[in-house]
Amino acid sequence: MAQFNKVLDVAGVSKRFGDVEVLSDVSFQVDKGETVCVLGPSGSGKSTLLRCINWLERPDAGQIYLNGERVGINGASIVMGDRDLSKIRTRIGMVFQHFALWPHLTVLQNLMEAPVQVQRRPKAEVRDEALALLSKVGLSEKRDAFPARLSGGQKQRVGIARALAMRPDVLLFDEPTSALDPELVGEVLVVMRDLAREGMTMVIVTHEMGFAREAATRVLFLDRGRVVETGSPDRFFSNAETERARQFLQRYAGDTANGRR
Amino acid sequence: MIHDFGVVWSERALLLSGLANTAILSTLSAIAALLLGFIVTPALMSKQPAVAGAARVFVDGMRCVPFLLFAYIVYYGFPSFGVRLDNWTSGLAALTIYNAAYMAEILRGAWVVQPREPIEAGVAFGFSEIGLFRRIILPPLLLSAGPVIGNQMIQIIKDSAFLTIIALPELTHAASSIQSRHYVPFAAFITAVFLYWGLCLVIEAGVSSIGRVAEARR
Repeated sequence: MAQFNKVLDVAGVSKRFGDVEVLSDVSFQVDKGETVCVLGPSGSGKSTLLRCINWLERPDAGQIYLNGERVGINGASIVMGDRDLSKIRTRIGMVFQHFALWPHLTVLQNLMEAPVQVQRRPKAEVRDEALALLSKVGLSEKRDAFPARLSGGQKQRVGIARALAMRPDVLLFDEPTSALDPELVGEVLVVMRDLAREGMTMVIVTHEMGFAREAATRVLFLDRGRVVETGSPDRFFSNAETERARQFLQRYAGDTANGRR
Repeated sequence: MIHDFGVVWSERALLLSGLANTAILSTLSAIAALLLGFIVTPALMSKQPAVAGAARVFVDGMRCVPFLLFAYIVYYGFPSFGVRLDNWTSGLAALTIYNAAYMAEILRGAWVVQPREPIEAGVAFGFSEIGLFRRIILPPLLLSAGPVIGNQMIQIIKDSAFLTIIALPELTHAASSIQSRHYVPFAAFITAVFLYWGLCLVIEAGVSSIGRVAEARR
C-alpha cells in the first residue's frame, strides 16, 4: 500500500470564518518520523490548520487522513459522531500554546487522565508509562505538584508528556514556546529536539526559526491561508524560492539582530 | 428570663429533633439541588437554543418566585392536579427544585469565566459529552464556585424554616410549638437562632476546607 508510510494526509483543506478565508486549499503529507515545521506570519492560518487536523475546527472543504483513515467523516460521508471523533482524536496528540493543563489534577494525574478515562487502558500500566515520560522530560520530582505551581517551561514539558502518554500516531504543536519567557524556551525545545531525533511524527507551528532550521525534516510556509512554499529547511532558509518567504525570513533576521525573537 | 430558658431546656428533646430534621432536610436538598444543577447547567450552556431556552425559563422562573409561595404551590396546589405529597416529600421537593435553579446559575457563572483552553484540550484528548463535563469541566467549577455554593447552602438552611407552614417538624416548627405551649417566645426563638447559627458554622468550615483545596490548584 502506497499510504503505508504516510501518517497524515491533508488534502485541499479550506476554512473560512465569516467573510475571511483562513485556509484555502491546503494540502500536505507527513511521513512517519517526520518533523514538519509550519512557518508563516501571524494570521496566516497556521493554528487553524492544526485545529482542523483533529477537527477542533471543522474544515469547510477537503479531507484529512490519519494513517489512511478519514478524520471527521465516516465511510458514508456523514460527519462523525462524538464517539468516533473522540476515538480518532486520541491518536492525534496536541500541545497547546498556553499549555491547557487541567488545573484540578496533579502533574501525574494530568498525564494519566485521558489514557485511563478515554482510552480505558489499565491504570497500573498507564502510571508506569507516565512516570517514565515525566523522567524523560525531567520532571519526576514534580509529579504530585499542581500545574499552578510550575513555571511556564515546566508546564509545557508536562503538556508534551501528557500528549505522549496517549501514544499518539502524530503530535501537533501549536506555537509551544510563544507564551514562554525567553529564558524558558530552551528547555522545551530540548525536549522537542529529542522527540524529533527519536523519530516521533510531529507537525509544529512555531516562530523559532533556529529550531525549525535545525530539527525540521521539512518546512511548510503558509501565507494568507495558502501553502506558498514547502521544502527542506536548508533550502528554505538559505535559498527561499518565493519573494514572500524571503521577506518573511528577512524580517525575522532583522528581529534577531535587534535582539528580539 | 433564666426561668424561660429553663423551660426551653426541659423541651430540649423536641428542639434537638427539630435541629436534626432541619439538618437532614437541608443536607438532602442541598445535595439533590447541586446534582440537579449538574444537569441544568450544561443545558443552560447548550448550543441548542431550545434546550438552553427551556433551562433559562426554569432558572429565571424559580428565581423570581418567593420560596414560601413555591412551597405553598407544591403542598397545597399540586393536589388539584392529583399529585398529593406528604409534608416531608413536598418540603424536600420544593427546597430541592427551587435551589437547583440557583445552583445551576452559580455553576454557569463559574463556567463562563473558566479559561477555554483546558476544556478544548479535553476535547482534543478525546473527551466528549458527559465525560468531558464530569472529568474536565466540572471539577474546576466546583473549586472556584465552592464559596458561593456554600453560601447557597446557608440559604437552603434558612429557607427550610419556611416549611414550618406545611407542618414539617423542623427547628423553627419546634421552637414555635415550645413558645406557644409555654409562652416563652424570646427564649425559644433565640435558642433556635443559635442552633441555626451552629449549622451555618459547619457549612463555613466545609467551605474553607474547599477553599484550601482550591488554593493549592490556583
